[in-house]
Amino acid sequence: MTNKKIRVLIAKPGLDGHDRGAKVIARALMDAGMEVIYTGLRQTPEMIAEAALQEDVDVVGLSILSGAHNVLVPAVIEKLNENGLTNIKVFVGGIIPEPDISNMLKLGVTAIYGPGTDTQTVIADIKQAIQISNS
Amino acid sequence: MPKNDPIAIRTGDRLALSRALTLVENDAEESRALLSALFPFTGKAHLVGVTGAPGAGKSTLVNQIAKNLRQGKGQQAPKVAIIAVDPTSPFSGGALLGDRIRMNDLAGDKGIFIRSMASRGNLGGLASRTAAFVTVLDSAGFDLIIIETIGAGQAEVDIASLAHTVVVVEAPGMGDDIQAIKAGMLEIADIIVINKADRPGAENTIRSLQIMLEMAQGKSGIAAIKGKHALERSPAIKREEQASKLDWVPPIHSTIATEGRGIPTLIEDIHRHRQYLLHTQKWEEKETVRLRCDIQTLIRDTLLTQWWEKLDENKFSDILADVVQRKYSPEEAVEKLL
Repeated sequence: MTNKKIRVLIAKPGLDGHDRGAKVIARALMDAGMEVIYTGLRQTPEMIAEAALQEDVDVVGLSILSGAHNVLVPAVIEKLNENGLTNIKVFVGGIIPEPDISNMLKLGVTAIYGPGTDTQTVIADIKQAIQISNS
Repeated sequence: MPKNDPIAIRTGDRLALSRALTLVENDAEESRALLSALFPFTGKAHLVGVTGAPGAGKSTLVNQIAKNLRQGKGQQAPKVAIIAVDPTSPFSGGALLGDRIRMNDLAGDKGIFIRSMASRGNLGGLASRTAAFVTVLDSAGFDLIIIETIGAGQAEVDIASLAHTVVVVEAPGMGDDIQAIKAGMLEIADIIVINKADRPGAENTIRSLQIMLEMAQGKSGIAAIKGKHALERSPAIKREEQASKLDWVPPIHSTIATEGRGIPTLIEDIHRHRQYLLHTQKWEEKETVRLRCDIQTLIRDTLLTQWWEKLDENKFSDILADVVQRKYSPEEAVEKLL
């Protein structure tokens, strides 16, 4: 008998100091029955990959408002892979301009969310992504 | 990679360790065999519990303790594991685990392993599988395992049977001295920390805790006087008195964890308490208590699971309906069901 719960790391890489969005999504995922680990502001890609390893999460959610996503997202994915965490689903939220989205998806990001996204959409997407990878 | 390779776990494969913890936390079928394979390699780690009210500064203190233990000691530094327990929402079953926010100083150090743990409905300040986490981390060669409980009040004292050394963290201005006399937190403390000692009222808090501790030791104080009077007549009493000098008196530390103040002397006392336990045979006593609790919990959980699995659900709901109708009491229902 297993009591599996979806574990999610919500992380803010880089230097922007606004984590209201990260907190809103962390709260919503908790209310959806997930275990959410929040690590606070100004995380390096190394710190995020290390926390993901130690916490054995299924999902990493990155909140980026600084515009540095083209640098930070590939760096986080690279560090996750270095740690052997190739199964983890990466979601990105924040201000990501339209032209950058296809590149993010190519890197292996599962989904990207802009301002005004319904939290229920995120919850449903996470559950679906986990289900697919488990089956 | 196999999730449950005991050798990988014991030889420092951090991914294997992390995945093993997940298996154990989810009580997966293969986890019991894994724990049995790891158990012979445990018993070496010093288990330090950190408990106290929400917001007293437990996580910040744990961060500083771990940082200080590791700093400047190179290869000699003890390997430190941290289990940080936070509450599961009883409504959604989810949890927000935020203790790592205060532990960013520890990132990048391969001699430290931090794992957040949701209480998953367990009362008492820990999760039901926290003891099993300790087994896995102990077998993986961590010298010191710090267990941070959920923000605890007056009854979350499970940590007392799990840890060798219990550090109770208080902050100034958390109630009057009657709060300190009440059963609970202070009774389980091996070391007391008044954190945020730069806050107004810190001295009053320290003073009233000191008075309370003196009151608690009053009984042995009287015994000591008795012993002194009887000293010339009976060498047996003299031995007894010497033994009582070996008793541990919980020291009170004042710290400002955000600035790292007061941490080195706190760590000295954590080490000193371990030495005290080893020299007085209390280490074995604590191990026995801990493992007895562990077995009891496992028996309770196993029996309960087996019983629920065998239970005829229709019978249960029929009887429940009768209880709601006041035909039987819950006590009578239990008699019918068991």
